[in-house]
Amino acid sequence: MRAHIIPAIKLSLYSFLLLGVIYPFIILAIAQISPNQGKGLLIESGGRTYYKNIGQNFTLDGYFWSRPSAVDYNAAGSGGSNLSSSNPEYIAGVKARIDNFLTKNPDVELGEVPSELVTASGSGLDPHLSVSSLVIQVPRISKVRGLAEKDIFELIDKTTEKPLWGLFGPEKINVLELNIRLDQFSKEKGVRYAK
Amino acid sequence: MDMNSEVWGIFAMFFITILIAIPLGKYISNIFSEGPNYLDKLFAPLEGLILRISGVNYQKEMTWKENLVALLTINLVWFIIGMLILMFQGYLPLNPDGNPNMTPDLAFNTAISFVVNCNLQHYSGESGVSYLSQTGLMFLQFVSSGIGITAAILLFKAFKGKGGQKLGNFYTIFLKSCTRILMPISLLVAIILLCEGTPMTYSGKDKMINLEGDSIEVSRGPVAAFVAIKHVGTNGGGFFGANSTHPLENPSYLTNMVEMVAQFIIPVAMVFAFGFFIKKKKLSWMIFSVMTIGFLCLAIPNTIMESQGSPTIERLGLNQSGGAMEGKEVRIGAAASGFWSIVTTVISTGSINSMHDSSMPLSGMNQMLAMMINGFYGGNGVGLLNFFVYIILAVFISGLMVGRTPEFLGKKVEGREMKIAMLVALLHPFLILIGTAITVSFPSIGSDTTNDPGFHGFSEMLYEFTSASANNGSGFEGLGDNTLWWNISTGIVLLFSRFIPIIGPIAIAGLLSEKRFIPEGSGTLKTDTVSFGFMVFAVIIIIAALAFFPTLTLGPVAEYFSIKK
Repeated sequence: MRAHIIPAIKLSLYSFLLLGVIYPFIILAIAQISPNQGKGLLIESGGRTYYKNIGQNFTLDGYFWSRPSAVDYNAAGSGGSNLSSSNPEYIAGVKARIDNFLTKNPDVELGEVPSELVTASGSGLDPHLSVSSLVIQVPRISKVRGLAEKDIFELIDKTTEKPLWGLFGPEKINVLELNIRLDQFSKEKGVRYAK
Repeated sequence: MDMNSEVWGIFAMFFITILIAIPLGKYISNIFSEGPNYLDKLFAPLEGLILRISGVNYQKEMTWKENLVALLTINLVWFIIGMLILMFQGYLPLNPDGNPNMTPDLAFNTAISFVVNCNLQHYSGESGVSYLSQTGLMFLQFVSSGIGITAAILLFKAFKGKGGQKLGNFYTIFLKSCTRILMPISLLVAIILLCEGTPMTYSGKDKMINLEGDSIEVSRGPVAAFVAIKHVGTNGGGFFGANSTHPLENPSYLTNMVEMVAQFIIPVAMVFAFGFFIKKKKLSWMIFSVMTIGFLCLAIPNTIMESQGSPTIERLGLNQSGGAMEGKEVRIGAAASGFWSIVTTVISTGSINSMHDSSMPLSGMNQMLAMMINGFYGGNGVGLLNFFVYIILAVFISGLMVGRTPEFLGKKVEGREMKIAMLVALLHPFLILIGTAITVSFPSIGSDTTNDPGFHGFSEMLYEFTSASANNGSGFEGLGDNTLWWNISTGIVLLFSRFIPIIGPIAIAGLLSEKRFIPEGSGTLKTDTVSFGFMVFAVIIIIAALAFFPTLTLGPVAEYFSIKK
């Protein structure tokens, strides 16, 4: 064993140079010529920069709400609730979210509320929602913003991301993008939404 | 939601994996075969340089014992270096977020965990490690996976031809695994991730103001490089706390497919590489078939159960057409999450794209069963070693049943090999069951650390030991596992469960190789047939069922009945 130790240390050092230094630097170099220079996909709007893939917390009635989050959408951390659906406290928590949603969206029937709208994601940063979770929020948005429902549906249509290559995976909508569009549209229509 | 596109996505992932794995198996077999190789021009100068300046004896053909000594020594070196970096990361460079030093027990657990290819993480990436530590861990993800592949290649060499030869040189095989397999595939995967929005930067956290005007921070880092080898090396340790549920670690359905295929291809390819290498392709197909049937028996139910959703949520009156979405991401969907939960547990990756703790009870049971069996594909290289133990047991049992001398590939399997095989086979249930039993006996170290009450709380503890012993690394993450007890106990389990299942099978292979070759005759028990495949499958089920079924009834099975419609 002793004969192996010094060579093992040296081999570790040199293979670290290859795998821990050269390998990531090749990727770092490629990142510089990629769309966002390896900073993640960014979107700019109204003078601010957002991460397209990092979901945000929407609490105001005039915005489409995102999913509940175990980390309040603060991406300094990440994580899910890790609760089991056999846990009575968990079920009580979901029940409270449903009640809150139905109070703020009186036109919606309980059976129309998709489970993803009242359950927390794994990352706590899920940027997406299903189409049906957003459609049921349209009457609320329409009332608060004073916009026609038809126009809001059009925004939803425009923002909907089809399955990958039209074939694989779920259809979804990036809630941040939709809300940015909503703000822009309100502005175009001259309808001011007081935050 | 259109369920069909979710199902098609799963088919695509599975078939792409197999389509890549077969030629990749041929490629792997070629790399380690004797004689010059067409890739030598590209790689040999670099490999030669590294081996020469390291001063390792890389030309010597070594016996199985010499190879094992070299393997264990370098692992010890990695453990010590890893632990030092983690314990002093606060003082070392590349720490833009100013994350503190790890406590000794957490560093012990983390260093072992990455050295043994497990990646159990009792910390969160965002706040628990510096970029230097992340880089060190990424290095360990490469080399620990290289060790797994090397161990399997040593076994291949023992059965080449009539046996009796030395098993090659550990250092050469190890380095080639890294340079010719792991690094090129990882580069490819990293570039795809990069284009889809995974960050690659050494800057620290970004501060921003969100649309509603609140200040938040966003963790970043050299994520693309890390996440690529995390999957290609079947490691599974996340850059961020939320692992591959994190939208920077797994930004789209495309990256989800790529990460899935990336973790899946080498374990499957190794099965085919075995057949190409020893020129017995039919044996590979037998192994592949048994593994695939076992895999599908777990993966199909999980895909269905997660798509159907939870009975308790159903009772609330919600629309559950999207499936059981607690702990899952909308861009991935319930079906692909259920499927992944089995891919990552049959293989020892342990990377997650949904929170397993929030899975349906019987999905959780299947995830645990996948790790308890630990041989349906399994981790890079080591999965095949585990399966080899099942084959040896099946050879012995069927030999006894038909009254023939048990033989495998022309070598007599005798008492000594059987003792080793039994020791390896029983170690896994021993570590899991004893570990769990001790923990549940003391509420202060056990049930006080769980996130859910009752049966599910028990499952959280059982899962943790199962994951540690299977070198998997996933968790029912609600468990508060950064405690002295969890860090030390699972750390020790990791050590045993990694190295004994490497030493054992290589010893068996080495011992068999040294024996006289018996040419195949009419009395030979054929191991590449359908009936022998059934035999192996039966052995696996009997061992897993007998050892684990009682415990599983106390956790997931009881939970299932408690919430059933």
